[in-house]
Amino acid sequence: MTLTSSPPAPAVERGRVRLKGVGKVFGSGSQAVTVLQDTDLDVRPGEFVAIVGGSGCGKSTLLTMVAGLEKPTSGTIETGGKVALMFQEATLLPWLTATQNVELALRLQGVDKAERRDRARHLLQRVRLGRYVDLRPHELSGGMRQRVALARVLAQDAAVVCMDEPLGALDALTRDQMHDLIEDVWLEARFTALFVTHNVREAVRLADRAILMGGRPGRIIHAEENTMARPRVMDSAPVAAAAAGLTQRLKDEVASHDESDYFDI
Amino acid sequence: MTSPTTSISERRPLDPIDVPARPRPTRRPGRKVLAPLLAVVVLLAVWQGVVATGWRPDYLLPGPVTVLAELGHLVTLPEFWAAMARTLSRALTGFALAIVIGTAIGLATAGSALLRASIGSLITGLQTMPSVVWFPLAILLLGLGEGAIMLVVVLGAAPSIANGVLLGVDQLPPSYFRLGRVLGAQGWTLYRHIVIPGALPAYVSGLNQGWAFAWRSLMAGELLVVIPGTAALGNRLAFAQEFADAPGLMAYMLVILIIGMIADQIFSAWSRYLRRTRGLTQA
Repeated sequence: MTLTSSPPAPAVERGRVRLKGVGKVFGSGSQAVTVLQDTDLDVRPGEFVAIVGGSGCGKSTLLTMVAGLEKPTSGTIETGGKVALMFQEATLLPWLTATQNVELALRLQGVDKAERRDRARHLLQRVRLGRYVDLRPHELSGGMRQRVALARVLAQDAAVVCMDEPLGALDALTRDQMHDLIEDVWLEARFTALFVTHNVREAVRLADRAILMGGRPGRIIHAEENTMARPRVMDSAPVAAAAAGLTQRLKDEVASHDESDYFDI
Repeated sequence: MTSPTTSISERRPLDPIDVPARPRPTRRPGRKVLAPLLAVVVLLAVWQGVVATGWRPDYLLPGPVTVLAELGHLVTLPEFWAAMARTLSRALTGFALAIVIGTAIGLATAGSALLRASIGSLITGLQTMPSVVWFPLAILLLGLGEGAIMLVVVLGAAPSIANGVLLGVDQLPPSYFRLGRVLGAQGWTLYRHIVIPGALPAYVSGLNQGWAFAWRSLMAGELLVVIPGTAALGNRLAFAQEFADAPGLMAYMLVILIIGMIADQIFSAWSRYLRRTRGLTQA
Protein backbone atom coordinates (compact mmCIF):
# COMPACT_ATOMS: atom_id res chain seq x y z
CA MET A 1 0.00 0.00 0.00
CA THR A 2 1.16 3.49 -0.63
CA LEU A 3 0.44 6.38 1.61
CA THR A 4 1.40 9.06 -0.85
CA SER A 5 -1.53 11.21 -1.80
CA SER A 6 -3.84 10.43 -4.63
CA PRO A 7 -4.33 11.93 -8.01
CA PRO A 8 -1.44 11.06 -10.31
CA ALA A 9 0.76 14.01 -9.49
CA PRO A 10 4.24 14.69 -10.80
CA ALA A 11 6.65 12.89 -8.53
CA VAL A 12 8.46 15.10 -6.06
CA GLU A 13 11.90 14.32 -4.73
CA ARG A 14 12.25 12.03 -1.73
CA GLY A 15 11.40 13.79 1.51
CA ARG A 16 9.61 16.76 -0.04
CA VAL A 17 6.07 17.64 0.99
CA ARG A 18 4.17 20.06 -1.17
CA LEU A 19 0.66 21.32 -0.50
CA LYS A 20 -1.08 23.45 -3.11
CA GLY A 21 -4.40 25.13 -2.36
CA VAL A 22 -5.34 22.41 0.10
CA GLY A 23 -8.77 22.73 1.68
CA LYS A 24 -10.79 20.40 3.84
CA VAL A 25 -14.52 20.59 4.51
CA PHE A 26 -16.23 18.21 6.90
CA GLY A 27 -19.92 17.59 6.42
CA SER A 28 -22.02 19.11 3.68
CA GLY A 29 -24.81 21.61 3.10
CA SER A 30 -25.67 23.78 6.08
CA GLN A 31 -23.66 21.43 8.33
CA ALA A 32 -20.46 21.97 6.38
CA VAL A 33 -17.47 23.14 8.40
CA THR A 34 -14.35 24.35 6.65
CA VAL A 35 -11.49 23.14 8.82
CA LEU A 36 -8.74 24.10 6.44
CA GLN A 37 -8.75 26.69 3.68
CA ASP A 38 -6.52 27.21 0.68
CA THR A 39 -3.27 26.14 2.28
CA ASP A 40 0.08 26.19 0.49
CA LEU A 41 3.17 24.70 2.05
CA ASP A 42 6.45 23.48 0.68
CA VAL A 43 8.64 21.45 3.00
CA ARG A 44 12.22 20.79 1.97
CA PRO A 45 13.62 17.28 2.22
CA GLY A 46 15.11 16.79 5.68
CA GLU A 47 13.53 19.93 7.07
CA PHE A 48 12.01 19.95 10.56
CA VAL A 49 8.78 21.91 10.42
CA ALA A 50 6.61 22.61 13.45
CA ILE A 51 2.96 23.43 12.90
CA VAL A 52 1.65 25.49 15.79
CA GLY A 53 -1.84 26.67 16.63
CA GLY A 54 -4.73 26.46 19.07
CA SER A 55 -7.55 23.94 19.09
CA GLY A 56 -9.61 23.79 15.96
CA CYS A 57 -7.10 25.48 13.68
CA GLY A 58 -6.91 22.47 11.42
CA LYS A 59 -3.31 21.53 12.22
CA SER A 60 -4.09 17.89 12.99
CA THR A 61 -6.32 17.63 9.94
CA LEU A 62 -3.49 18.95 7.80
CA LEU A 63 -1.13 16.33 9.21
CA THR A 64 -3.68 13.54 8.82
CA MET A 65 -4.03 14.45 5.15
CA VAL A 66 -0.26 14.48 4.60
CA ALA A 67 -0.16 11.02 6.18
CA GLY A 68 -2.85 9.91 3.73
CA LEU A 69 -5.50 9.05 6.31
CA GLU A 70 -7.82 11.74 4.94
CA LYS A 71 -8.22 13.14 1.47
CA PRO A 72 -8.28 16.89 0.91
CA THR A 73 -11.55 18.34 -0.35
CA SER A 74 -9.61 20.62 -2.69
CA GLY A 75 -6.02 21.12 -3.76
CA THR A 76 -3.18 18.63 -4.01
CA ILE A 77 -0.71 17.10 -1.60
CA GLU A 78 2.47 15.62 -2.97
CA THR A 79 4.83 13.65 -0.81
CA GLY A 80 8.16 12.20 -1.84
CA GLY A 81 8.36 8.70 -0.41
CA LYS A 82 6.73 6.91 2.42
CA VAL A 83 5.01 8.84 5.20
CA ALA A 84 4.91 7.60 8.81
CA LEU A 85 2.64 9.02 11.50
CA MET A 86 3.14 9.21 15.25
CA PHE A 87 -0.01 9.81 17.27
CA GLN A 88 -0.64 11.77 20.45
CA GLU A 89 -1.26 8.46 22.19
CA ALA A 90 1.47 5.90 21.70
CA THR A 91 -1.11 3.45 20.26
CA LEU A 92 0.91 0.37 21.03
CA LEU A 93 -0.79 -2.97 20.73
CA PRO A 94 -1.24 -4.20 24.31
CA TRP A 95 -0.82 -7.89 23.48
CA LEU A 96 2.65 -7.36 22.04
CA THR A 97 5.90 -6.62 23.87
CA ALA A 98 7.87 -3.48 23.06
CA THR A 99 10.02 -5.49 20.65
CA GLN A 100 7.05 -7.12 18.98
CA ASN A 101 5.33 -3.75 18.53
CA VAL A 102 8.35 -2.47 16.64
CA GLU A 103 8.69 -5.77 14.79
CA LEU A 104 5.15 -5.47 13.50
CA ALA A 105 6.09 -2.38 11.48
CA LEU A 106 9.02 -4.33 9.98
CA ARG A 107 6.92 -7.38 9.35
CA LEU A 108 4.31 -5.39 7.45
CA GLN A 109 7.10 -4.16 5.21
CA GLY A 110 8.11 -7.72 4.47
CA VAL A 111 11.33 -7.78 6.48
CA ASP A 112 12.13 -11.41 7.13
CA LYS A 113 11.95 -13.01 10.49
CA ALA A 114 15.63 -13.44 11.18
CA GLU A 115 16.33 -9.77 10.62
CA ARG A 116 13.24 -8.35 12.34
CA ARG A 117 14.13 -9.09 15.93
CA ASP A 118 17.64 -7.71 15.66
CA ARG A 119 16.49 -4.54 13.98
CA ALA A 120 13.67 -4.01 16.48
CA ARG A 121 16.04 -4.45 19.42
CA HIS A 122 18.54 -2.14 17.84
CA LEU A 123 15.88 0.55 17.35
CA LEU A 124 14.71 0.19 20.95
CA GLN A 125 18.29 0.66 22.07
CA ARG A 126 18.42 3.72 19.84
CA VAL A 127 15.51 5.26 21.82
CA ARG A 128 17.22 4.15 25.05
CA LEU A 129 14.83 1.41 25.97
CA GLY A 130 17.33 -1.38 25.67
CA ARG A 131 16.48 -2.77 29.08
CA TYR A 132 12.75 -2.92 28.50
CA VAL A 133 12.50 -4.69 25.19
CA ASP A 134 10.38 -7.53 26.54
CA LEU A 135 7.91 -5.52 28.59
CA ARG A 136 4.36 -4.98 27.47
CA PRO A 137 2.87 -1.49 27.03
CA HIS A 138 0.99 -1.51 30.33
CA GLU A 139 4.25 -2.12 32.14
CA LEU A 140 5.84 1.00 30.64
CA SER A 141 5.41 4.67 31.63
CA GLY A 142 3.82 7.17 29.24
CA GLY A 143 7.18 8.49 28.09
CA MET A 144 8.57 5.01 27.53
CA ARG A 145 5.52 4.11 25.45
CA GLN A 146 6.07 7.14 23.25
CA ARG A 147 9.66 6.03 22.82
CA VAL A 148 8.48 2.64 21.63
CA ALA A 149 6.17 4.48 19.22
CA LEU A 150 9.15 6.50 18.02
CA ALA A 151 11.15 3.31 17.48
CA ARG A 152 8.23 1.93 15.48
CA VAL A 153 8.13 5.06 13.34
CA LEU A 154 11.88 4.69 12.73
CA ALA A 155 11.30 1.07 11.77
CA GLN A 156 9.06 2.24 8.94
CA ASP A 157 12.08 3.93 7.42
CA ALA A 158 9.87 6.69 6.08
CA ALA A 159 11.01 9.71 4.11
CA VAL A 160 8.49 11.90 5.93
CA VAL A 161 7.57 11.53 9.60
CA CYS A 162 4.40 13.25 10.81
CA MET A 163 4.04 13.71 14.56
CA ASP A 164 0.66 14.76 15.90
CA GLU A 165 1.31 16.32 19.32
CA PRO A 166 3.25 13.22 20.32
CA LEU A 167 4.39 14.77 23.61
CA GLY A 168 1.15 16.47 24.57
CA ALA A 169 0.35 13.99 27.33
CA LEU A 170 3.80 13.94 28.92
CA ASP A 171 5.14 15.86 31.90
CA ALA A 172 7.72 18.60 31.36
CA LEU A 173 10.83 16.62 32.27
CA THR A 174 9.91 13.66 30.13
CA ARG A 175 9.10 16.01 27.28
CA ASP A 176 12.56 17.57 27.48
CA GLN A 177 14.13 14.12 27.24
CA MET A 178 11.92 13.32 24.26
CA HIS A 179 12.96 16.57 22.52
CA ASP A 180 16.60 15.52 22.77
CA LEU A 181 15.78 12.05 21.53
CA ILE A 182 13.63 13.19 18.61
CA GLU A 183 16.28 15.71 17.58
CA ASP A 184 19.00 13.05 17.77
CA VAL A 185 17.20 10.51 15.64
CA TRP A 186 16.17 13.20 13.16
CA LEU A 187 19.74 14.44 12.81
CA GLU A 188 20.84 10.86 12.29
CA ALA A 189 18.14 9.58 9.95
CA ARG A 190 17.48 12.90 8.19
CA PHE A 191 13.84 12.30 7.48
CA THR A 192 11.54 15.25 6.88
CA ALA A 193 9.67 16.00 10.10
CA LEU A 194 6.22 17.59 10.38
CA PHE A 195 5.57 18.18 14.04
CA VAL A 196 2.18 19.43 15.22
CA THR A 197 2.05 21.10 18.62
CA HIS A 198 0.15 23.75 20.55
CA ASN A 199 3.31 24.51 22.51
CA VAL A 200 5.15 27.43 20.92
CA ARG A 201 8.35 26.86 22.89
CA GLU A 202 8.44 23.27 21.77
CA ALA A 203 8.24 24.48 18.17
CA VAL A 204 11.16 26.84 18.74
CA ARG A 205 13.13 24.10 20.51
CA LEU A 206 12.83 21.64 17.63
CA ALA A 207 11.98 23.19 14.31
CA ASP A 208 13.88 24.72 11.42
CA ARG A 209 10.67 26.53 10.60
CA ALA A 210 7.57 27.23 12.63
CA ILE A 211 4.26 27.47 10.79
CA LEU A 212 1.59 29.32 12.77
CA MET A 213 -2.01 28.47 12.05
CA GLY A 214 -5.18 30.35 12.88
CA GLY A 215 -8.70 29.03 13.17
CA ARG A 216 -12.13 29.56 11.66
CA PRO A 217 -11.34 28.55 9.00
CA GLY A 218 -7.98 26.92 9.58
CA ARG A 219 -5.17 28.47 7.57
CA ILE A 220 -1.51 29.41 7.79
CA ILE A 221 -1.05 32.89 9.26
CA HIS A 222 2.71 33.07 9.56
CA ALA A 223 5.88 31.12 8.90
CA GLU A 224 9.17 31.78 10.61
CA GLU A 225 12.59 30.29 9.91
CA ASN A 226 14.65 29.42 12.96
CA THR A 227 18.40 29.27 12.47
CA MET A 228 19.44 29.09 16.13
CA ALA A 229 22.21 26.56 16.73
CA ARG A 230 21.24 23.10 17.95
CA PRO A 231 20.70 21.69 20.43
CA ARG A 232 18.54 24.50 21.76
CA VAL A 233 17.58 24.62 25.40
CA MET A 234 13.88 24.87 26.10
CA ASP A 235 14.34 27.20 29.09
CA SER A 236 17.04 29.43 27.58
CA ALA A 237 16.54 33.13 26.96
CA PRO A 238 16.78 33.03 23.14
CA VAL A 239 14.21 30.23 22.92
CA ALA A 240 11.94 32.10 25.32
CA ALA A 241 12.29 35.32 23.33
CA ALA A 242 11.54 33.65 20.01
CA ALA A 243 8.58 31.84 21.55
CA ALA A 244 7.24 35.10 23.00
CA GLY A 245 7.29 36.67 19.54
CA LEU A 246 5.36 33.77 18.01
CA THR A 247 2.91 33.67 20.90
CA GLN A 248 2.18 37.37 20.37
CA ARG A 249 1.34 36.67 16.72
CA LEU A 250 -1.04 33.89 17.72
CA LYS A 251 -2.68 36.18 20.29
CA ASP A 252 -3.11 38.94 17.72
CA GLU A 253 -4.74 36.40 15.45
CA VAL A 254 -7.20 35.37 18.16
CA ALA A 255 -7.94 38.99 19.02
CA SER A 256 -8.80 39.74 15.40
CA HIS A 257 -11.71 37.29 15.68
CA ASP A 258 -14.89 37.77 17.56
CA GLU A 259 -13.73 36.01 20.71
CA SER A 260 -16.94 34.25 21.60
CA ASP A 261 -17.02 32.86 18.11
CA TYR A 262 -13.45 31.65 18.33
CA PHE A 263 -13.67 30.00 21.69
CA ASP A 264 -16.97 28.22 21.54
CA ILE A 265 -15.63 25.28 19.60
CA MET B 1 -5.27 8.72 52.38
CA THR B 2 -4.69 12.46 51.88
CA SER B 3 -1.89 14.14 53.70
CA PRO B 4 -0.90 17.79 53.62
CA THR B 5 2.59 17.04 52.35
CA THR B 6 3.54 14.69 49.62
CA SER B 7 6.71 12.75 49.99
CA ILE B 8 8.84 12.03 46.99
CA SER B 9 8.02 8.38 47.08
CA GLU B 10 4.31 9.14 46.83
CA ARG B 11 4.67 11.11 43.64
CA ARG B 12 4.08 9.56 40.31
CA PRO B 13 7.40 8.91 38.70
CA LEU B 14 8.35 11.20 35.85
CA ASP B 15 9.34 9.02 32.99
CA PRO B 16 12.09 7.43 34.63
CA ILE B 17 14.33 5.35 32.65
CA ASP B 18 14.61 3.22 35.72
CA VAL B 19 11.06 2.64 36.79
CA PRO B 20 10.75 -1.08 37.25
CA ALA B 21 7.66 -2.91 36.15
CA ARG B 22 5.04 -2.80 38.86
CA PRO B 23 5.71 -5.67 41.21
CA ARG B 24 2.93 -8.21 41.26
CA PRO B 25 1.24 -8.45 44.63
CA THR B 26 1.98 -11.83 46.07
CA ARG B 27 -1.02 -14.08 45.85
CA ARG B 28 -2.37 -15.98 48.76
CA PRO B 29 -2.68 -19.45 47.34
CA GLY B 30 -4.90 -20.55 50.21
CA ARG B 31 -7.83 -18.38 49.27
CA LYS B 32 -8.12 -19.65 45.71
CA VAL B 33 -8.36 -23.26 46.77
CA LEU B 34 -9.97 -22.97 50.18
CA ALA B 35 -12.94 -20.77 49.30
CA PRO B 36 -14.45 -23.02 46.62
CA LEU B 37 -13.68 -26.05 48.74
CA LEU B 38 -15.61 -24.50 51.60
CA ALA B 39 -18.58 -23.90 49.29
CA VAL B 40 -18.56 -27.59 48.32
CA VAL B 41 -18.50 -28.62 51.97
CA VAL B 42 -21.46 -26.33 52.74
CA LEU B 43 -23.37 -27.70 49.73
CA LEU B 44 -22.79 -31.30 50.82
CA ALA B 45 -23.89 -30.41 54.35
CA VAL B 46 -27.14 -28.85 53.09
CA TRP B 47 -27.76 -31.90 50.88
CA GLN B 48 -27.15 -34.24 53.81
CA GLY B 49 -29.40 -32.05 55.94
CA VAL B 50 -32.31 -32.32 53.49
CA VAL B 51 -31.84 -36.09 53.33
CA ALA B 52 -31.79 -36.25 57.14
CA THR B 53 -35.21 -34.55 57.39
CA GLY B 54 -36.68 -37.65 55.76
CA TRP B 55 -38.58 -35.54 53.21
CA ARG B 56 -38.21 -38.36 50.68
CA PRO B 57 -37.17 -41.94 51.34
CA ASP B 58 -33.47 -42.40 50.84
CA TYR B 59 -33.85 -44.73 47.84
CA LEU B 60 -35.34 -41.69 46.04
CA LEU B 61 -33.11 -39.03 47.58
CA PRO B 62 -29.82 -40.59 48.61
CA GLY B 63 -27.26 -38.67 50.62
CA PRO B 64 -23.87 -37.53 49.36
CA VAL B 65 -22.06 -40.53 50.79
CA THR B 66 -24.24 -43.01 48.89
CA VAL B 67 -23.94 -41.02 45.66
CA LEU B 68 -20.17 -40.64 45.93
CA ALA B 69 -19.88 -44.38 46.62
CA GLU B 70 -21.99 -45.04 43.51
CA LEU B 71 -19.74 -42.74 41.53
CA GLY B 72 -16.73 -44.62 42.86
CA HIS B 73 -18.30 -47.82 41.59
CA LEU B 74 -19.26 -46.32 38.21
CA VAL B 75 -15.74 -45.25 37.36
CA THR B 76 -14.64 -48.89 37.55
CA LEU B 77 -17.10 -49.87 34.80
CA PRO B 78 -16.06 -49.86 31.13
CA GLU B 79 -19.54 -48.77 30.01
CA PHE B 80 -19.21 -45.59 32.09
CA TRP B 81 -16.04 -44.70 30.20
CA ALA B 82 -17.64 -45.64 26.89
CA ALA B 83 -20.54 -43.29 27.64
CA MET B 84 -18.13 -40.58 28.71
CA ALA B 85 -16.01 -41.02 25.58
CA ARG B 86 -19.05 -40.83 23.30
CA THR B 87 -20.41 -37.73 25.00
CA LEU B 88 -17.09 -35.94 25.06
CA SER B 89 -16.38 -36.74 21.44
CA ARG B 90 -19.80 -35.40 20.46
CA ALA B 91 -19.23 -32.29 22.55
CA LEU B 92 -15.80 -31.63 21.11
CA THR B 93 -16.81 -32.36 17.52
CA GLY B 94 -19.91 -30.18 17.79
CA PHE B 95 -18.02 -27.41 19.52
CA ALA B 96 -15.21 -27.53 16.94
CA LEU B 97 -17.77 -27.27 14.13
CA ALA B 98 -19.46 -24.40 15.94
CA ILE B 99 -16.11 -22.62 16.30
CA VAL B 100 -15.38 -22.92 12.59
CA ILE B 101 -18.87 -21.82 11.54
CA GLY B 102 -19.36 -19.19 14.25
CA THR B 103 -15.94 -17.64 13.67
CA ALA B 104 -16.38 -17.54 9.91
CA ILE B 105 -19.81 -15.94 10.20
CA GLY B 106 -18.56 -13.53 12.85
CA LEU B 107 -15.57 -12.39 10.81
CA ALA B 108 -17.60 -12.07 7.62
CA THR B 109 -20.29 -10.10 9.42
CA ALA B 110 -17.77 -7.85 11.18
CA GLY B 111 -16.05 -7.09 7.90
CA SER B 112 -19.08 -6.32 5.80
CA ALA B 113 -21.56 -3.54 6.44
CA LEU B 114 -24.16 -5.30 4.30
CA LEU B 115 -23.90 -8.60 6.18
CA ARG B 116 -23.94 -6.79 9.48
CA ALA B 117 -27.09 -4.90 8.64
CA SER B 118 -28.82 -8.04 7.39
CA ILE B 119 -27.80 -10.76 9.83
CA GLY B 120 -26.21 -8.91 12.76
CA SER B 121 -29.38 -8.76 14.80
CA LEU B 122 -30.38 -12.25 13.68
CA ILE B 123 -27.25 -13.64 15.31
CA THR B 124 -28.12 -11.95 18.59
CA GLY B 125 -31.70 -13.13 18.23
CA LEU B 126 -30.68 -16.74 17.66
CA GLN B 127 -28.63 -16.58 20.80
CA THR B 128 -31.75 -15.99 22.87
CA MET B 129 -33.50 -19.05 21.45
CA PRO B 130 -33.29 -22.14 23.66
CA SER B 131 -31.56 -24.67 21.46
CA VAL B 132 -33.84 -27.54 22.58
CA VAL B 133 -36.47 -25.84 20.44
CA TRP B 134 -34.50 -26.98 17.40
CA PHE B 135 -34.70 -30.68 18.29
CA PRO B 136 -38.10 -31.57 16.89
CA LEU B 137 -37.17 -30.03 13.54
CA ALA B 138 -33.70 -31.56 13.60
CA ILE B 139 -35.17 -35.00 14.28
CA LEU B 140 -37.75 -34.56 11.51
CA LEU B 141 -35.07 -33.53 9.04
CA LEU B 142 -32.21 -35.80 10.02
CA GLY B 143 -33.86 -38.60 11.97
CA LEU B 144 -33.00 -39.84 15.43
CA GLY B 145 -29.26 -39.88 15.05
CA GLU B 146 -25.91 -38.21 15.44
CA GLY B 147 -26.78 -35.69 12.73
CA ALA B 148 -29.69 -34.26 14.69
CA ILE B 149 -27.57 -33.94 17.82
CA MET B 150 -24.71 -32.27 15.96
CA LEU B 151 -27.04 -29.83 14.25
CA VAL B 152 -28.52 -28.67 17.53
CA VAL B 153 -25.17 -28.44 19.30
CA VAL B 154 -23.81 -26.29 16.48
CA LEU B 155 -26.95 -24.14 16.34
CA GLY B 156 -26.69 -23.65 20.08
CA ALA B 157 -23.05 -22.66 20.18
CA ALA B 158 -22.30 -20.89 16.88
CA PRO B 159 -24.32 -17.69 17.49
CA SER B 160 -22.51 -17.02 20.78
CA ILE B 161 -19.16 -17.51 19.09
CA ALA B 162 -20.10 -15.28 16.15
CA ASN B 163 -21.38 -12.70 18.60
CA GLY B 164 -18.08 -12.82 20.51
CA VAL B 165 -16.23 -12.01 17.29
CA LEU B 166 -18.61 -9.13 16.52
CA LEU B 167 -18.34 -7.67 20.01
CA GLY B 168 -14.57 -7.99 19.96
CA VAL B 169 -14.27 -6.15 16.67
CA ASP B 170 -16.74 -3.45 17.73
CA GLN B 171 -14.85 -2.78 20.92
CA LEU B 172 -11.52 -2.19 19.17
CA PRO B 173 -10.40 1.42 19.59
CA PRO B 174 -10.62 3.33 16.27
CA SER B 175 -6.95 4.25 16.76
CA TYR B 176 -5.98 0.62 16.00
CA PHE B 177 -7.46 0.94 12.54
CA ARG B 178 -5.63 4.23 12.00
CA LEU B 179 -2.44 2.56 13.15
CA GLY B 180 -3.08 -0.32 10.79
CA ARG B 181 -3.42 2.07 7.86
CA VAL B 182 -0.29 3.98 8.82
CA LEU B 183 1.68 0.73 9.05
CA GLY B 184 0.28 -0.39 5.72
CA ALA B 185 -1.91 -3.24 6.95
CA GLN B 186 -4.95 -3.86 4.80
CA GLY B 187 -7.54 -6.55 4.35
CA TRP B 188 -6.41 -9.90 5.70
CA THR B 189 -3.13 -8.48 7.04
CA LEU B 190 -5.07 -5.96 9.12
CA TYR B 191 -7.24 -8.80 10.47
CA ARG B 192 -4.34 -11.09 11.08
CA HIS B 193 -2.16 -8.65 13.03
CA ILE B 194 -4.54 -6.16 14.60
CA VAL B 195 -8.23 -7.04 14.45
CA ILE B 196 -8.12 -10.70 15.47
CA PRO B 197 -5.63 -10.41 18.33
CA GLY B 198 -7.40 -7.25 19.49
CA ALA B 199 -10.75 -9.01 19.52
CA LEU B 200 -9.39 -12.09 21.29
CA PRO B 201 -10.62 -11.37 24.84
CA ALA B 202 -14.22 -10.91 23.68
CA TYR B 203 -13.82 -13.93 21.40
CA VAL B 204 -12.75 -16.10 24.33
CA SER B 205 -15.83 -14.95 26.27
CA GLY B 206 -17.88 -15.94 23.22
CA LEU B 207 -16.18 -19.34 23.14
CA ASN B 208 -16.89 -19.84 26.83
CA GLN B 209 -20.55 -19.04 26.36
CA GLY B 210 -20.65 -21.09 23.18
CA TRP B 211 -19.23 -24.08 25.04
CA ALA B 212 -21.87 -23.70 27.77
CA PHE B 213 -24.63 -23.69 25.14
CA ALA B 214 -23.07 -26.62 23.28
CA TRP B 215 -22.89 -28.63 26.49
CA ARG B 216 -26.51 -27.86 27.41
CA SER B 217 -27.75 -28.65 23.93
CA LEU B 218 -25.83 -31.90 23.93
CA MET B 219 -27.32 -32.99 27.26
CA ALA B 220 -30.82 -32.15 26.03
CA GLY B 221 -30.06 -34.06 22.84
CA GLU B 222 -28.80 -37.12 24.65
CA LEU B 223 -31.94 -37.20 26.78
CA LEU B 224 -34.18 -36.95 23.71
CA VAL B 225 -32.25 -38.83 21.05
CA VAL B 226 -31.33 -42.34 22.02
CA ILE B 227 -29.40 -44.24 19.40
CA PRO B 228 -29.76 -47.97 19.98
CA GLY B 229 -26.56 -49.75 20.90
CA THR B 230 -24.76 -46.58 21.98
CA ALA B 231 -24.44 -45.18 25.44
CA ALA B 232 -23.84 -41.58 26.40
CA LEU B 233 -23.96 -39.61 29.64
CA GLY B 234 -27.37 -38.10 28.85
CA ASN B 235 -28.86 -41.52 27.96
CA ARG B 236 -27.51 -42.98 31.19
CA LEU B 237 -29.34 -40.24 33.05
CA ALA B 238 -32.60 -41.15 31.31
CA PHE B 239 -32.11 -44.89 31.98
CA ALA B 240 -31.33 -44.23 35.62
CA GLN B 241 -34.59 -42.31 35.93
CA GLU B 242 -36.56 -45.11 34.26
CA PHE B 243 -35.08 -47.70 36.59
CA ALA B 244 -35.53 -45.39 39.57
CA ASP B 245 -31.78 -45.64 40.21
CA ALA B 246 -31.49 -42.44 42.21
CA PRO B 247 -27.83 -42.87 43.30
CA GLY B 248 -26.78 -43.62 39.69
CA LEU B 249 -28.79 -40.69 38.37
CA MET B 250 -27.22 -38.27 40.80
CA ALA B 251 -23.75 -39.71 40.21
CA TYR B 252 -24.15 -38.99 36.46
CA MET B 253 -25.42 -35.50 37.29
CA LEU B 254 -22.25 -34.91 39.28
CA VAL B 255 -20.11 -36.09 36.37
CA ILE B 256 -21.92 -33.70 34.00
CA LEU B 257 -21.47 -30.85 36.48
CA ILE B 258 -17.79 -31.58 36.92
CA ILE B 259 -17.10 -31.69 33.17
CA GLY B 260 -18.87 -28.34 32.77
CA MET B 261 -16.86 -26.83 35.60
CA ILE B 262 -13.55 -28.06 34.23
CA ALA B 263 -14.31 -26.53 30.84
CA ASP B 264 -15.34 -23.28 32.47
CA GLN B 265 -12.10 -23.20 34.45
CA ILE B 266 -10.09 -23.63 31.27
CA PHE B 267 -11.82 -20.70 29.57
CA SER B 268 -11.58 -18.55 32.70
CA ALA B 269 -7.87 -19.23 32.98
CA TRP B 270 -7.42 -18.28 29.34
CA SER B 271 -9.44 -15.08 29.87
CA ARG B 272 -7.46 -14.16 32.95
CA TYR B 273 -4.19 -14.73 31.12
CA LEU B 274 -5.29 -12.45 28.26
CA ARG B 275 -6.45 -9.73 30.60
CA ARG B 276 -3.31 -9.88 32.68
CA THR B 277 -0.87 -9.72 29.77
CA ARG B 278 -2.76 -6.74 28.34
CA GLY B 279 -2.80 -4.87 31.60
CA LEU B 280 -6.59 -5.01 31.90
CA THR B 281 -6.54 -6.27 35.47
CA GLN B 282 -4.57 -5.60 38.57
CA ALA B 283 -2.20 -8.48 39.22
